[in-house]
Amino acid sequence: MNLDRIDCGFVPLVDCAPLVVARELGFAAEEGIDLHLHPQPSWSAIRDKLLFGELQAAHMLSVLPVVMSMGLGAATDRIDALSVLSANGDVIGVAPELADRMHQVGVDRNTDPATGVGRALIAAASGPLRVGVPFPFSMHAELLYYWLSSLGLEAPRDLNVRTVPPSNMAEAIAAGEVDAFCVGEPWGSVAVDKGDAEIVLPGSAIWQFAPEKVLAVRHDWAEAERPMALRLIRAMWRAARWLGEAENRLTVSDLLAQPEYLGRPSELIDRALSGRLVLAKNGRPTRLGNFVEFYDCAATFPWRSQAHWIASRWAARAGADREEAVAVGRAAFRTDLYRAALQDIGVDVPGASEKVEGALSVRTEVASAKGEMFLGPDRFFDGKVFDPAETGTRH
Amino acid sequence: MNEANLRIAVVEADRDRALMIVDSLRDAGAHDVTVIGDATGLARRLEDISPDVVLIEISNPNRDVLEEVALASAPTERPVAMFVDKSDSQMTRAAIEAGVSAYVVDGLRKERIKPVLDAAIVRFQLFARMRVELETTKAALAERKVIDRAKGLLMKARGLSEEEAYALLRKTAMDQSRKVSDVAHALVTAADLLG
Repeated sequence: MNLDRIDCGFVPLVDCAPLVVARELGFAAEEGIDLHLHPQPSWSAIRDKLLFGELQAAHMLSVLPVVMSMGLGAATDRIDALSVLSANGDVIGVAPELADRMHQVGVDRNTDPATGVGRALIAAASGPLRVGVPFPFSMHAELLYYWLSSLGLEAPRDLNVRTVPPSNMAEAIAAGEVDAFCVGEPWGSVAVDKGDAEIVLPGSAIWQFAPEKVLAVRHDWAEAERPMALRLIRAMWRAARWLGEAENRLTVSDLLAQPEYLGRPSELIDRALSGRLVLAKNGRPTRLGNFVEFYDCAATFPWRSQAHWIASRWAARAGADREEAVAVGRAAFRTDLYRAALQDIGVDVPGASEKVEGALSVRTEVASAKGEMFLGPDRFFDGKVFDPAETGTRH
Repeated sequence: MNEANLRIAVVEADRDRALMIVDSLRDAGAHDVTVIGDATGLARRLEDISPDVVLIEISNPNRDVLEEVALASAPTERPVAMFVDKSDSQMTRAAIEAGVSAYVVDGLRKERIKPVLDAAIVRFQLFARMRVELETTKAALAERKVIDRAKGLLMKARGLSEEEAYALLRKTAMDQSRKVSDVAHALVTAADLLG
């Protein structure tokens, strides 16, 4: 059979797993796709190569297609998210001295972890808190702003969020460039093993089900190559389902450990996949709930309400027209293509394209095409909910 | 500021490469060029220099820091964007292929940037060619080593002369339509496995 070639970029992180699995386990080939994976040194590089056609698809921060479609950033165009590759998976780490001060101040265990740790962090910080994130347009940055501003820090006065490439995160904290970071795995664990940082919180403690990475393509490509886009969505969905099987976990760590992907020990990678992270150098693994999710609870569905959430936050920050931002932002999450791709093969998909974000505290059955769909807990740590219907335009 | 003089920042850790870039830019016109070798605190350094153009290798992970500069929101800050010439996409593509990206301040005219970027593209193309050559040389050297080891193994195991050992490798390769180095590799691996 002749396969159609797709060149897809990825950043070597644990959450590129669905792409690696789609290629290595043959899910892409099953859809007639010869999936070529190209590691990229930065999110800017991945974005530019996608824009200029060197890549047709990319592993991308969930925030990027929304803001690029809104026209924010150094290079913009309409970019679509075909499906979500992963939910959660980030860690918050702090310099060891700051962690010591936090322990002295004391972390309140009688409240939720994000509130307890956040208050201790604020009390222990001297001066404005400088926090490194991999990219300004990222869930990492959104989680930080959401978390710390809700606890009373005001950006940029008390909170200075700056960009540090993930591979430099440990060095940046060791050099005193930043006090803390929010980064994806394996980089948090790398910093812990070097003794440069302690992990104090998983991102999922701030938002229990945050879209982290998406499969992104150019909007004009998705329109012109619709059948190919649908095949790609199906391949990624099957890869995600395979990833969701617990017995495949060790195979995934071994695959990702290969030099052409992460080139890191599989033990290090397995910490994120198992949700059992070593929080401080020489410490014991600690189980973190909902650490990263690839498949369960409709994790791959590109909820328009999440694009809406991202768009309205960036519209406020950049002083852009909110209604317009929300309209183009929501359109970037292609629930329509996702449904078209998966309904054909009898996969259950959510009945709605949006939901109230933050409303579920337990696994809950929801309306779906076949009536077999569950959504997972998706609460924000402060208990607030985001109802897209109440905040502006609906589409 | 002199209309003809552009303030250019070059983010490049390798000193020799940086100097070559600076030379090329100077040849393309008298410019005020600053090299940033150490990328720690890059955003702050750029704020101090306040360049019209920033040149950085596409594969440099610190490019993502420039995105932060592109977001400049305070009135004193000058927004920058990646230089993309929509009317001349060939040039943008040439830059990507050569491995260089340019960030320019808002409102800078295209005609002023073009000579700078052209010079940078030529220089980076040269770097890319040098890299390919270096890799080819390295690969050839590694291949030689393996063939030498394979010859040695054959000489010892079968009492052949060096020439005979090579002839045997070449004949086997031809018979199997494989490369001599592949046959040598297989032999060396097998020998290693057998101890």
